[in-house]
Amino acid sequence: MNEPVFSVKDLNVSYGGNLALKDVSLDIQPREITAIIGPSGCGKSTFIRCLNRMNDLVPGAQVEGQVMYHGEDIYGPQVDPVTVRRRIGMVFQRPNPFPKSIYDNVAFGPRINGFKGDLGELVERSLRRAALWDEVKNKMRKSALALSGGQQQRLCIARAIAVEPDVILMDEPASALDPIATVRIEDLMQELKQEYSIVIVTHNMQQAARVSDKTAFLYTEVDEESMSRWGILVEYGPTGGIFTKPVDKRTEDYVSGRFG
Amino acid sequence: MRAARGSGAVSGTRGSGAVSGGVLSERPSWRRLWSDRVATGVMFATVLIALLPVLLIFYYIFREGLAVTNWEFLTQAPPFSYRREGGGYVNGLIGTLMMVGMATAVSVPLGILAAVYLVEYGGRNLLASLIRFFSDVMTGVPSVFVGLFVYTAFVVPFGFGALMGAVALSIIMLPIVVRSTEEMLKLVPQEIKNASYALGAAKWQTVLRIVLPSALPGITTGVLLAVARAAGETAPLILTAFGSITITTALIGEPISALPLAIFDGARTPFAAGQARAWAGALELLAIVLVFTLLARVAASRSSISR
Amino acid sequence: MIHGVRGDEISAGGGIGGGSVRSPADPRDERPPSLSALARRRGFGRALDRLFGWTAAVSGTLVLLILAYMVLTTTNTALPVFTSEGISFVTGTEWLPSRGVYGILPFIYGTLVTSIIAVVIAVPISLGVSLYLTELAPSWIKGPIAYAVDLLAAVPSVVYGLWGVFVLLPLFLQPAAEALSSVFGFLPIFKAPATGLSYFGAGVVLAIMIIPIISALAREVFRAVPDDDRLAAYALGATRWEMIWEAVIPRSRPGLVGATMLGLGRALGETIAVALLVGSRPTISASIVQPGYSMAAVIANQFPEADATGIRALVGVGVVLFAITIVINMAARLFVWRLVAER
Ligand SMILES: Nc1ncnc2c1ncn2[C@@H]1O[C@H](COP(=O)(O)OP(=O)(O)O)[C@@H](O)[C@H]1O
Ligand SMILES: [Mg+2]
Repeated sequence: MNEPVFSVKDLNVSYGGNLALKDVSLDIQPREITAIIGPSGCGKSTFIRCLNRMNDLVPGAQVEGQVMYHGEDIYGPQVDPVTVRRRIGMVFQRPNPFPKSIYDNVAFGPRINGFKGDLGELVERSLRRAALWDEVKNKMRKSALALSGGQQQRLCIARAIAVEPDVILMDEPASALDPIATVRIEDLMQELKQEYSIVIVTHNMQQAARVSDKTAFLYTEVDEESMSRWGILVEYGPTGGIFTKPVDKRTEDYVSGRFG
Repeated sequence: MRAARGSGAVSGTRGSGAVSGGVLSERPSWRRLWSDRVATGVMFATVLIALLPVLLIFYYIFREGLAVTNWEFLTQAPPFSYRREGGGYVNGLIGTLMMVGMATAVSVPLGILAAVYLVEYGGRNLLASLIRFFSDVMTGVPSVFVGLFVYTAFVVPFGFGALMGAVALSIIMLPIVVRSTEEMLKLVPQEIKNASYALGAAKWQTVLRIVLPSALPGITTGVLLAVARAAGETAPLILTAFGSITITTALIGEPISALPLAIFDGARTPFAAGQARAWAGALELLAIVLVFTLLARVAASRSSISR
Repeated sequence: MIHGVRGDEISAGGGIGGGSVRSPADPRDERPPSLSALARRRGFGRALDRLFGWTAAVSGTLVLLILAYMVLTTTNTALPVFTSEGISFVTGTEWLPSRGVYGILPFIYGTLVTSIIAVVIAVPISLGVSLYLTELAPSWIKGPIAYAVDLLAAVPSVVYGLWGVFVLLPLFLQPAAEALSSVFGFLPIFKAPATGLSYFGAGVVLAIMIIPIISALAREVFRAVPDDDRLAAYALGATRWEMIWEAVIPRSRPGLVGATMLGLGRALGETIAVALLVGSRPTISASIVQPGYSMAAVIANQFPEADATGIRALVGVGVVLFAITIVINMAARLFVWRLVAER
């Protein structure tokens, strides 16, 4: 058994004082795909943003608890969020290429990180790994905004892996894409998992079942008195188990409800 | 867009025979129809009235200006007497280019940085709100007042000169650059900023390499409009550059001309030769201002982020 | 333990074809290093980040400092004249620099009268143009007309002045002033002898200058009226004019007030065109077709010849002008801001 990449303990997140995520604890293993599923608004994005401190950029967001990354708390006092994000890449729900050329999009990360080697080679390698190279190799200087949605998302993946991260976080990476583009992204994830640890948020359960090794099910808990609601981790384990013999009733309802 | 076409919305229902006569076939009262027609006519007339000065100004500037514009006008300083023909406003052109150039070099970086503060750092805090409000107020400060200020603060100790004119123009440009840049920076989507942060970019890297380049066409538009405004300013230069009929490139200690100053002079002289030069100068100045205004439009149409 | 992770990765990486094999020099081979070690190494980057933030904040604050410094310096310079003249600086009707008498009421009066004339002429025209462009015009003609009117805003004021004196004065201002006084001469405000170089002449040129400002804002304001309101009025059987009057205008009123005040602010501070057209007579005249003076114009015209005290007095004129325009502008901004906030 490997040392976990992330070991999350008692994670609580609130926005402007309103609790959004309560007492989440789980370990994420290296070179696996870990899926986070759950109904909309249950805190999936909130959770994944804690793993690379993107929540620091949300005004009013407050994170409590521990997120150990290779044994070190990324919320520790000595730790710079910028450094964290260089190790832990992220791909967002909507493709968000920079309004620059395809080449400059991929080269951006290495450049700001002071990459000294052969930049052209690195860009090509990243695009190949993202299965985009053949489609764009003749238009590297064209604007990235001219690509299709699926191509843009693969460009964003290439851009994320160009800084040689250790982990790639994906927040519903295929939800804005058509089915064919979605399949390509899923295939790509299977390739990437040889090298990277991947955490993917999805509300598409078939997708989670298809691609992931482990699945975490988050659910919204409602406090009847104060009418406030927050996300909790209901169940976490190997994907096969979550989908075929869930332990918790709520997981079973959610999983079967969607399939049925 | 508009579903109903004018008064047709009512009168158009006339003659729908199925409905038993009376109510629907009744036309709006005379008075109502008539006031609709009159209002339409008045609106149309105001458009003509507003367009008339545009035509008259451009027609006369071109007619009178082209009559005098020649190579000599563009390359020579004016003669020592307003009575004498010939010569030109090259001294004014040099002064305008120098002062506007220096003012741009100072106000643009400062203004852009201030806008970056407003959008990326200040947000809705008190300092940012104050800066926003008083930049707006500053765009409304009479330019002659800016001239008086620079006169008392800088000309009194250091004398008239290009540098003083540039200071006045940069104070006039600064709030325009701040506010127009701010509007453009606000249009940069949070998504691409997040993408940059997620790649491990620091804030200054994100601002310099992502936010500002994305907003560049829009920022350029604002800057060009500010430049056009500064190039046409006269009043503050009277009190700071003062004007001169000789060519100089000194930064300080020597009065210097500018195109608007030379035109103002010409407009007040009773002599035909001096007035003729003023027309040619007006054409030259208008051409400069319009080039910048036009470039501003081109830059605006290049913008990829403005919705 | 960390090294164990690393070793695994290299073997896993080797399993992937072609371009993805890592070279030994790959920075990832040192990974994952301690985050805090990297954090310490980034101390320089953090300092840079803070420096950048501070530079931006200082630049922003500079706007406030400049404005404050402008007010302090000019007020301070004019102070001797303020104290020696007292209240008669703004109430006195005599401006005699050669005798050291500085009463600026004629200039205040002239500034207000020319600006009011400008607003009275420009507002209806601007509203008409803006309503035409938003409510009536076929779309193919909107662009060119808006463009042409906007062009007026690009013309420098000295060019307006030159054109006003040599073209508009003989062509329109002089005959119009004379006609007004010959028809309405029994009214004090049109009393003869009439001249184009007058409050009226300056006001007309100012009106032309502020039409693009008011109409651009008014267009925005009208465009902000929801189409639903228009349809609702039509559904009640309104004619187009009734729709405009009942649905568009009431909704737009605060915005239009703001637009008018911004135009007024611009007219109050306008210098060169007024200096050339107002007639430059430092008196108060009830008749708008007679010469007068304005605050900005007297500064521009008399500054080159003024002595030391005279310059202080002119700076004092500037301070009063500044105070008036600032009040108008702040009020206008508040109106416009409220409108934006409501949206
Ligand atoms: N930036 C934010 N500011 C305030 N509240 C937020 C913010 N982002 C998310 N939330 C709240 O946190 C809860 C979880 O949201 P999110 O993590 O986006 O859910 P999911 O990704 O599962 O749909 C929601 O109630 C949402 O309203
Ligand atoms: Mg989400």
